[in-house]
Amino acid sequence: MDKTQPISTTAKGPASDAREAIPPAATGGVTQAAIVKKTAPKSDYKPADVSPQRRVQRSFAVRLWSIRHSRALEWFYAKFADMFLLLHPLWKGIGYGRVEAPIKFVEKHVKGFMFDCRMCGQCVLSSTGMSCPMNCPKQLRNGPCGGVRANGNCEVEPNMPCVWVKAWEGSRNMVKGDAILNLQKPVDQSLRETSAWLRVTANAAAAREAAKAGGAA
Amino acid sequence: MSEKRPVQPDENPEGIHLPLAPLPGHTSRGRLERVLRRGEFAVTTELNPPDSADPEDVYNRAKVFDGWVDAINAVDASGANCHMSSVGICALLTRMGYAPIMQIACRDKNRIAIQGDVLGGAAMGVANMLCLTGDGVQAGDQPGAKPVFDLDSMSLLETIRIMRDNGKFLSGRKLTTPPQLFLGAAINPFAPPYDFRPIHLGKKIAAGAQFVQSQYCFDVPMFRTFMQKAGDLGFTEKVFVLVGVGPLASAKTAKWIRSNVPGIHIPDSIIARLEGAQDQKAEGKRLCIDIINEVKEIPGVSGVHVMAYRQEEYVAEIVDESGVLKGRRPWKREIRRDDQMVADRLDQLLHDNITETQVDMVKTAH
Repeated sequence: MDKTQPISTTAKGPASDAREAIPPAATGGVTQAAIVKKTAPKSDYKPADVSPQRRVQRSFAVRLWSIRHSRALEWFYAKFADMFLLLHPLWKGIGYGRVEAPIKFVEKHVKGFMFDCRMCGQCVLSSTGMSCPMNCPKQLRNGPCGGVRANGNCEVEPNMPCVWVKAWEGSRNMVKGDAILNLQKPVDQSLRETSAWLRVTANAAAAREAAKAGGAA
Repeated sequence: MSEKRPVQPDENPEGIHLPLAPLPGHTSRGRLERVLRRGEFAVTTELNPPDSADPEDVYNRAKVFDGWVDAINAVDASGANCHMSSVGICALLTRMGYAPIMQIACRDKNRIAIQGDVLGGAAMGVANMLCLTGDGVQAGDQPGAKPVFDLDSMSLLETIRIMRDNGKFLSGRKLTTPPQLFLGAAINPFAPPYDFRPIHLGKKIAAGAQFVQSQYCFDVPMFRTFMQKAGDLGFTEKVFVLVGVGPLASAKTAKWIRSNVPGIHIPDSIIARLEGAQDQKAEGKRLCIDIINEVKEIPGVSGVHVMAYRQEEYVAEIVDESGVLKGRRPWKREIRRDDQMVADRLDQLLHDNITETQVDMVKTAH
């Protein structure tokens, strides 16, 4: 490190004796990004060279199985949602607030296993070919970015198949696969870690009641 | 001042930095939309953002495009590397009368910051905005940064469209003066899933895109197929497509880009052609001109977006030699005649070493 390295200062002088760890500036032919990578501190414990998101989930076998069987899952989910809606009086009787914890526990683990769900609380799996868009490192909910590799893998995670390439494949198997063309609203971050199942059920029940009231009037 | 500089086409006679008169059917008061809606072949380019706080750096980098391009992209930390912000570059460029395209990437800002920047940019006279997702932070020189990605390019387009057309923030709060903007998006027909890409373009149009700029096009047949499919779906009539082109400096650069920059597709034939050339740099330029000449004939193409990173001085030559402007001269920054008079006078005084008395000056003035 050269002597002219900037040191963080207070009014009285250098804040500490330690030199600031700023990598040297790049010179012709080398990018600063390459230098930053090279001068990163090294230790015996080297985390795998992947993003934090990828570290959570290291295998894609189940996720890809779900996408291959998107049609069956679509059918199953429709039945399942109907059943949940039938149980609406029960949820309401017990109180949505009280059932939230156990339902969320089940939802998190089932969807987590099947789709690597991130519990965004506003599930769009049926519009994205059963490929969870929250697994995209950029969390894109409206289609792929421009960085998809020629082999169909992710730009950020070279070993992960692009979730939107898979979403397109999955949607082609589904009856209502064209839902992939719908514009999705930005994620409401305040709904993270809440149950999408209960939300969909409550909304559907409200819509059903509104329709009933409208029909009666 | 009696004599004024003649007013150029697409210029506000009151001052070059002011927005143009509103026209029916136009959503912005900028030059690029006028050029495109008149059916002229548009040329846009990209300004290499400086790593400095000196406005002259921006002006000097914009000067090389003078009279050759209709709009200049102000990039928003492209490749996830820190540079002068796109808002800052736009502020400087609009001051000088240029037509910048303000790029907004979703990587660094959440919806609160972005909507504020849209208003700020529009207030400074930015008429065009390009909505991008942005590269991941791992691509740049600060891989430890927090990736935001609060919106995606599609919801960003929709957000700005709502601000413009409905005069509201995403929250529903009213804007007293909505921004007047020409909205753009990026497309990449050269990355998988190939059959989804034309449909994806339709989705961007539905979200609010009025013009699109494509990723570097080196594979013309692939692009032609894409345009064919998009045309069959009826999308090319609803949007102005600007094809991304650019010179490759050498076969080595091309190979490096191919293996290191995701999303840029360079066929083997291009690399073979560069390798076979005596002067690879000149051949790269020649290749770019050939691609322009091929793509400009494709139905639905409204212009080109020339990206010549670190070869900006070639943009004028490429545009000139390809003849896409067909003799048209885009707006050119010219010095005002009164400023010129003062400059000439000072020059004369400094160099000719004349001594004038005030009495003489009064006499000559009469």
